[in-house]
Amino acid sequence: MAEKIVTGTSWNMYDANTMSAKEIYGRVLKKLAEDNDKIVGVTADLEKSTNIGIFGKAFPDRMINVGIAEQNLFGVAAGLAKVGLIPFASTFAVFAALRAAEQVRTDICYQNLPVKIIATHGGVSFGQAGSTHHCTEDVAIMRSFPNMTVIIPADGAETGRAVEAALNIPGPVYIRVGRGFEPPYHKDNDFNFEVGKGEIIREGTDITIITCGIGVVQSAFASDELKRQDGLSVRVINMHTIKPIDKDIIISAVKETRRIVTIEEHNVIGGLGDAVAAVIAESGKGCSFKKIGLQDEFATVGYPEDLYSHYKLDTSGIVDSVREVMGMEFEADEDWNDEV
Amino acid sequence: MSKANIQELKAKAKELRTDIIDTTVWAGSGHYGGSLSSADILTALYFHFLKVDPDNPDWEDRDRFILSKGHCALGYIPCLSLKGFFPKEGLKNFNHFMSPFGMHPDSLKVKGCDVSTGSLGHGLPIGLGMAIGAKILKKDYKTVVLLGDGECNEGSNYEAMMAAAHYKADNLLAIVDRNGFMIDGRTEDVMSLEPFADKWKAFGWNVIECDGHDMEKLCDALEQAWEHKGEPTVVIAKTIKGKGVSFLEDTVVSHYGAFDSEQAAKAKQDIANS
Repeated sequence: MAEKIVTGTSWNMYDANTMSAKEIYGRVLKKLAEDNDKIVGVTADLEKSTNIGIFGKAFPDRMINVGIAEQNLFGVAAGLAKVGLIPFASTFAVFAALRAAEQVRTDICYQNLPVKIIATHGGVSFGQAGSTHHCTEDVAIMRSFPNMTVIIPADGAETGRAVEAALNIPGPVYIRVGRGFEPPYHKDNDFNFEVGKGEIIREGTDITIITCGIGVVQSAFASDELKRQDGLSVRVINMHTIKPIDKDIIISAVKETRRIVTIEEHNVIGGLGDAVAAVIAESGKGCSFKKIGLQDEFATVGYPEDLYSHYKLDTSGIVDSVREVMGMEFEADEDWNDEV
Repeated sequence: MSKANIQELKAKAKELRTDIIDTTVWAGSGHYGGSLSSADILTALYFHFLKVDPDNPDWEDRDRFILSKGHCALGYIPCLSLKGFFPKEGLKNFNHFMSPFGMHPDSLKVKGCDVSTGSLGHGLPIGLGMAIGAKILKKDYKTVVLLGDGECNEGSNYEAMMAAAHYKADNLLAIVDRNGFMIDGRTEDVMSLEPFADKWKAFGWNVIECDGHDMEKLCDALEQAWEHKGEPTVVIAKTIKGKGVSFLEDTVVSHYGAFDSEQAAKAKQDIANS
């Protein structure tokens, strides 16, 4: 089999379609480290599982494995950053966001240190492992920390771009990816990616789906299905950056479609849906609105695709949710200008 | 390393203790017990051992210091002031609105402060990162972490202890201010630490025990620690909480409190007479 080659910013379809987000992460990090000797890797016995080991193999002297000790992982990362290095710290999302939350907040965010946390196994992507290994609270936690940037890429290609972008952000960054079995949205590397800017991946005028991560490809499919079956014009926004959130793209969607559905692999408390809701509420404009995700519950055990289906995060679930919101009464008066 | 001038250091420590009393009054209250127990250690470090430059606080090759027992900023910040990082006058604003100086040190606001601390059990992991970072960057500075003994209940310390020995971080030096007290009482009553030295030894550390108030012995211990190669070193410095102030010494109430003017005057008198 031919060697799969990732050359940093240049991608090919083979890479985008055959490699997991975390595998692309490991390769991009290795590529970035070839040109930047300040990059170091830190992990807690998850070199293999998070794929940071791809970097570690190439740069063993710059790879620190602290063993199964996540508090130490993020403390050490803070110390490395304090002396001028740029640590990429990888573990499962649940351990980064919960086990070591205080180290991330106090050691890293409070001191505004350039630690890049690449958290794998986010959401219910390790569904069969159960709630101890699910992480459906990380966005709520991470976006509440001042100085933190929070990104959930749609797939591997976008993860590569997010990792590259993270290097140029002066403060801390949290990038959440899955376990590696998620279908990709992007077919190649020919797309715009700017931190803090959502991307309209389907134009539409009847309703807008705002989503991130695995929701992106499913929402795109849902938009296509709804056009075909119902004749609906469904806008889809890939909101890869949850913080800072792209307010303009949300306000435009409210104004132009008056109906919003958010799709997230997260508790509906504190995540993307709430971030979007806050922007809408503060704008003084109204619209029909629904948040799809974990409805304040711990997810059941199961393979991810079954969980995505059960929690309405797959194409047919999103189609159902859109139809539901299309049927919601919002207001009789369609005059946008008479609102505050 | 040059020989420590013990008489000079003793005089500096006295000055620092007096500044701690003044700062307590200005701040309204503070953790004076642990600050006074650390005063000789801080003095030895800042006036003999640490390579730091008050005129160039971000000097790349400086030694790093972390006050892991961050609540003792009441001792640390006056020490930085005494060293010349900022004038003592500024301490009058300690704890007050918009002051750079609060109960716990903020590295983004306090000149000369390398790491923000306050939550216990954070200093050693960060110090380990700085020590490993020094090796990666091929720098020969030391990283010194001052811990409280009660703080050594926190599990994160043991994660860092294990990893420091694994990474042979001989450029990392831990000092424990073993004053024997925590908020709820004596350490051995609240949560036994003993056999304390054995715990560090079992984790692969070079352990040196000393009197944390006998400046000569303290400097000898720190000098040995400074030179030790191949494994990280901890200096367990036996101290007295509230050291130097007769009515605070070796008491649980000295952990945190305030002075009225009479007590402040008495405290300063005790320090002058010590």
